[in-house]
Amino acid sequence: MMSATDQLLFRGADWDFHTLQRICDACEQVAKDELKLDVYPNQIEVITAEQMLDAYSSVGMPLFYKHWSFGKHFAFQEASYRKGLMGLAYEIVINSSPCISYLMEENTATMQTLVIAHAAFGHNHFFKNNYLFKQWTDADGILDYLEFAKRYVAHCEERHGRLAVEHTLDAAHALMSHGIDRYPGKKSLDLRAEEKRAGRRRAHEEAAFNDLWRTVPTGPAKTSAILDVERRRQMLGLPQENLLYFLEKTAPRLRPWQREILRIVRHIAQYFYPQSQTKVMNEGTATYVHYRIMNRLHQQGRLTDGNFLEFLQSHTNVVFQPEFDDQRYSGFNPYALGFAMMQDIERIVTDPEAEDHEWFPDIAGKGDAMGVLRDVWANYRDESFISQFLSPRLMRQFRMFHLHDDPEDRSGILVDAIHNERGYRRLRRELARQYDVGYIDANIEVVDVDLAGDRRLMLRHTVVKGAQLSEADTKRVLQHLADLWSYDVSLVESDTSGTVLKEYVAHPRSLAAAA
Amino acid sequence: MAIHIVDRRLNPGSKSLENRQRFLRRAKALVQGAVKKSSQERDIKDVLEGGEVSVPIDGMDEPRFRREGGTRDMVLPGNKKFIEGDVLPRPSGGSGKGGRQAGEGDSEDTFRFVLSREEFVDLFLDDLELPDLAKRKLAEVESQGIRRAGYSTSGSPANISISRTVSRALARRVALRRPRPEALAELEAELENCSEARRVEILAEIEALKSKIKRIPFIDPIDIRYRRFETVPKPVAQAVMFCLMDVSGSMTEHMKDLAKRFYMLLYVFLKRRYRHVEIVFIRHTDRAEEVDEQTFFYGPASGGTLVSSALQAMHDIVRTRFRPADWNIYAAQASDGDNSYADGEVTGRLLTDMILPVSQFFAYLEVGQEHGLSYEMPNSALWTLYEGLRANGAPLSMRKVNERSEIFPVFHDLFQRRGPQERTA
Repeated sequence: MMSATDQLLFRGADWDFHTLQRICDACEQVAKDELKLDVYPNQIEVITAEQMLDAYSSVGMPLFYKHWSFGKHFAFQEASYRKGLMGLAYEIVINSSPCISYLMEENTATMQTLVIAHAAFGHNHFFKNNYLFKQWTDADGILDYLEFAKRYVAHCEERHGRLAVEHTLDAAHALMSHGIDRYPGKKSLDLRAEEKRAGRRRAHEEAAFNDLWRTVPTGPAKTSAILDVERRRQMLGLPQENLLYFLEKTAPRLRPWQREILRIVRHIAQYFYPQSQTKVMNEGTATYVHYRIMNRLHQQGRLTDGNFLEFLQSHTNVVFQPEFDDQRYSGFNPYALGFAMMQDIERIVTDPEAEDHEWFPDIAGKGDAMGVLRDVWANYRDESFISQFLSPRLMRQFRMFHLHDDPEDRSGILVDAIHNERGYRRLRRELARQYDVGYIDANIEVVDVDLAGDRRLMLRHTVVKGAQLSEADTKRVLQHLADLWSYDVSLVESDTSGTVLKEYVAHPRSLAAAA
Repeated sequence: MAIHIVDRRLNPGSKSLENRQRFLRRAKALVQGAVKKSSQERDIKDVLEGGEVSVPIDGMDEPRFRREGGTRDMVLPGNKKFIEGDVLPRPSGGSGKGGRQAGEGDSEDTFRFVLSREEFVDLFLDDLELPDLAKRKLAEVESQGIRRAGYSTSGSPANISISRTVSRALARRVALRRPRPEALAELEAELENCSEARRVEILAEIEALKSKIKRIPFIDPIDIRYRRFETVPKPVAQAVMFCLMDVSGSMTEHMKDLAKRFYMLLYVFLKRRYRHVEIVFIRHTDRAEEVDEQTFFYGPASGGTLVSSALQAMHDIVRTRFRPADWNIYAAQASDGDNSYADGEVTGRLLTDMILPVSQFFAYLEVGQEHGLSYEMPNSALWTLYEGLRANGAPLSMRKVNERSEIFPVFHDLFQRRGPQERTA
């Protein structure tokens, strides 16, 4: 151990803002020089427990438009927090530039170091470099856009009434999980331009308003009947799985501000889309980074042995994976799985065994662990990451097994594969599939609109593996959908062979038109 | 390097307050029901404590497209003894078809959260309103009050505001450069021993200063300011609540307890509406006396029953201490309904002629035996009497209760917002 005691970042558990600054500098040194991380500028904000609860209820964002559902989440979380059912996170980090990390004031100095290494460098690097985030989010613009969204919604409430806005938001939220583009379009998202565009459009509408337009004769209806089905579907961009986008562009009777609100909800859903696809990788990266940084700080003599032990204890809690028959089990812990895989990759790159050469010929023994890891962090999401890099060794370590539960099979649940030579590939494929968004969300598309007839909007749910939509919820979501569309909406559930399993129809309530 | 550390702890918290209010507004009917239920379960003393309520979740959930059932594949950690091809029996609870796993979907059907004291009280009393308040509203603002309203340039000498006047005078003197007396004294001191040439100079200067002092008075009439007063209609912000109770031997502890709860609730309600609420306890047997709360509820007493004595006592107290123009008078009478037959006429007359005209509200609560059924209670002497008065148009509210749990509904009934047809009636 180095002798110079002034090397220590801090002693004991107390910290002040000067200490935080020293911690940040020390972490940054390790992160940049040794791990060669590439991060957004950091902004670290110290907050209280109450503010943390506030942040929870608006999906972690520092500013958000007002809606009752956030109040509901707040009430719920506050109740469970007060009863001690739930601890609060040590930090929240926001994918923005500058990258904002919220630290709880209750954390000890060691915890603050851990959290800074984890969030301000681990998550931050991942946000800046992962292809999904690059493709789908605009870190520079998000805070301004949220500010715009908040102002716009408040403005709409003033102009059009709180209830009308609330109904529109309720409906948009119900469809939020189906308001996402899953395939990259021509241009990437620029939220700043987005805000300007909305402002310009409003200004134009107001400037171009002329009451005379109402009196212009409209002429006979377009002969839409002659449009053949294929042409119509092409014109409407069908089939379309982004329901919110489709409504925003084509719903016949929405007001302009309602379209803008749908657009806002859609953009926000899109912003969170990469996060839901990279839970394991994101947490794995951050955990791996904080583990490396903390170890290095300890080696450099900048953390005392006591502080380091405190860190190890928290770290062990974070990466704990209960087994399936444990009461605490609730699926794979993304921290545990992610961290284990990152460490495993490091091992494969630096110290491979024969098995690793066979399974990972590209990286085994390559020597530059950080180079490989940075490449992985940049170019994979959970599904592809697991199907590429889950090693047999790790499957053995976690003692993974695959269950196949077919309700038709009366005899019971089949153990389909275990952690042995025959099972590795199947296990890996199945686990990767659990993280595949294509399987997680129901596959619902707009297939057609009866333009010539009663303007009925037709949706189809392609049933995979027999999992149908839950009836009560579906009816209510469709009701919202019909209110926005303002004509009838039908949803057909059919399996992959095309057999119709169930059909729903919803009729609009008058409010969307009246709103 | 460019790491920015910000201390946000002092920022105003409760950013979610508005969202929370929106949530409560939306869930109002549900939350109100929950509040009503929870307030029936607790002691009345705790009624205003706020606390946890639960509302059914299906009124407040946000629907999403969710899938259930079907074949499921899962990869789990922690294999101990399974090998490929094993078939495990299904856990008994999950009925095969789409058996939900714990933690999936909504396992709870209610949603619990904590209301603050204010929120609770608001909801608790929200749909209550005293009867005929509208009628009395004008009466409430009858009395006039005097209020300070800034300063004016005219007024009576008694109302001169010294400090305001002096400070304006000072400002004027400074602005016009009125010579200070010290400056004059200094020159005069210099005059004592100085050269001849200087002497003339100084004399001229002293003259100039003196004339300037004369031209610029210490206090000018334009400096004077008077305190201004305005008369404003003053709402009667005080109420007195008369608790009348029969304490003769026929009243059991249980009956007194019922009455007490009713009084407490009434008190809570008045306290919210008026800045100042006084309570007068009058207990009676065959004669009435004003007592303190302890004696009222727990002091021993015996004797016959003459209701008129209590009404007479109340009337006397109103006349001596609570001028109806200054006080909102509320009265609540609790009794088991006994009254001596000969007293009926006196009671009726006192009530209609003396008490009701000055009262905002008069409630009669007939308390019965525990486990009795209110509709089975035979009409007592007092009930029959009051019923008759009410039929003749006297503004009386009356109810029978037997159980503690009935108190709140009764209270609620009594004060419920009147429908329009009832109000005109």
